Amino acid sequence: MTQVLGEVSQSWTVKNDQSRSEAFLKSLDPRVRLVSCVSFAFLISAMHDLGALTLALGIGLGLSLSSRLPLWTTIRKVIVVDSFIVVLMLTLPFTMPGETLFSVWGWDASKEGLYRAAEVGLKANAILFSLMGLVGIMEPSVLGHALYRLKVPAKLVHLFLFTVRYIDVFYKEYKTMRMAMKARGFVPRTNIHTLRSIGYLIGMMLVRSLERSDRIMEAMKCRGFDGRFHILNNMKIETRDRIFAGCAAAVILSLMAVEYF
Amino acid sequence: MHIVDGALSNPVLIGGGVIAAAGVAYSLKKLEPEDLPRVGVLSAVFFVVSLIHVPLGFSSVHLILNGLLGIILGWAAFPALVVALLLQAVFFGFGGLTVLGVNAVNIAFPAVMVFFICRWGITAQQQNLAKLVADVLFAIFFILSIWAGVSLYEAYQTEGATWRVSVNSISLALFALVMIYGYILYRRKTLSVAGFWGFLGGSLSIFFTAVMVAISLALSGDEFAKAAEFVIVAHFPVMAVEGILTAATIQLITKVKPELINAVR
Repeated sequence: MTQVLGEVSQSWTVKNDQSRSEAFLKSLDPRVRLVSCVSFAFLISAMHDLGALTLALGIGLGLSLSSRLPLWTTIRKVIVVDSFIVVLMLTLPFTMPGETLFSVWGWDASKEGLYRAAEVGLKANAILFSLMGLVGIMEPSVLGHALYRLKVPAKLVHLFLFTVRYIDVFYKEYKTMRMAMKARGFVPRTNIHTLRSIGYLIGMMLVRSLERSDRIMEAMKCRGFDGRFHILNNMKIETRDRIFAGCAAAVILSLMAVEYF
Repeated sequence: MHIVDGALSNPVLIGGGVIAAAGVAYSLKKLEPEDLPRVGVLSAVFFVVSLIHVPLGFSSVHLILNGLLGIILGWAAFPALVVALLLQAVFFGFGGLTVLGVNAVNIAFPAVMVFFICRWGITAQQQNLAKLVADVLFAIFFILSIWAGVSLYEAYQTEGATWRVSVNSISLALFALVMIYGYILYRRKTLSVAGFWGFLGGSLSIFFTAVMVAISLALSGDEFAKAAEFVIVAHFPVMAVEGILTAATIQLITKVKPELINAVR
């Protein structure tokens, strides 16, 4: 249903269809996946040792591979992140002072800068891969429910669920309006006319969204909304979740060992 | 605009996370359950808007519109942006998980600032005051631009002028130029009074965001100092683009549905 957020999320409330065999990671409890991913990410961002970071990148890649991500969307995401990293790789050696490695047109590239760039690149990719492998395969609504079960404030979770629910609706509306503009010969260029037209488009979307939110509120009141939402999804921690949590803790501890000893 | 995972130092990450959590907590406390559908739907719209690319020369920029978000949502900009950034990090891979707090503060704090600086000018019943302040602001920007020009000229004259001085004056000059451009549009009746305040909000929020991104980069290490300066200078075209867009949106809203500005308290 939520096409904007990617094809990994196909259904809103119904469980994944059982026809194709699920990846093992997908069958785990979302909370366990979320918590282990977040702690892994924070551990990685605190590490500085290149060896440990390479190991972490390997673990992240393994997680991504075993969760059977759609190939092309994954590559596209990685390219987006790595385009920043490439810019960093090209500039950091020249802006960071240190031992000169080589020089281009009078600019000295430092060894320390190269190390720093490699460190940032490894960290970003390791976190990205583990995030995609563990959390990115969840349906957005399941992620919201997991956040709720992890005691994230209920209002924030409801805001999250509302946003997820209506992103697609307004994306379709946006596409319709762009189509209507195109039919009237609108071609975006760098001028005030373009900016004003897109500004009006955004304004119309906001106006319509306000009207829609009033209808939503009326419908909710009609069904007895009393300021509380009920989250129906009940999650259970099973043996395999415990095993996975244990493995994750072991991996995190051993990474720390590699880093600090 | 998004900082990737791994670039920032731990104190900056923790500081950003704490400030973001405080902002979200305060704003959620203020938010009534009745307003949740409104904020949720509006934040979905802003998520979609952030996917729009506007052509800019031979390239294109994607919109942030945190000024407009701040003007309409006020304090609720904090949770709305945290949700949007979380979705972008998890499902698009933009930004990152550990920098979520820093990114949220960098984008949401300017939004809330703009809410306090610019919203009264848009909703003002008596437009004379809003007009007067606009004129005064123009005078300030004009003086700023002259000062920046003079200091640039001096840096050019003195032998061995440092790069830092010239970058600061270049950014100041560009900032004043963008603001004067907005004022000229307003004088030529392209923008209404509310539109001018919208322009101010849209461009100021981008400027603040760029400055805050630069600060969080510079705090993380000296090696990012050049990158931080580059971030500020690179955002001036975006400032103009977002200013005009926000102005157009505000003009439409004030004509079509003025109550939208006061939709979320």
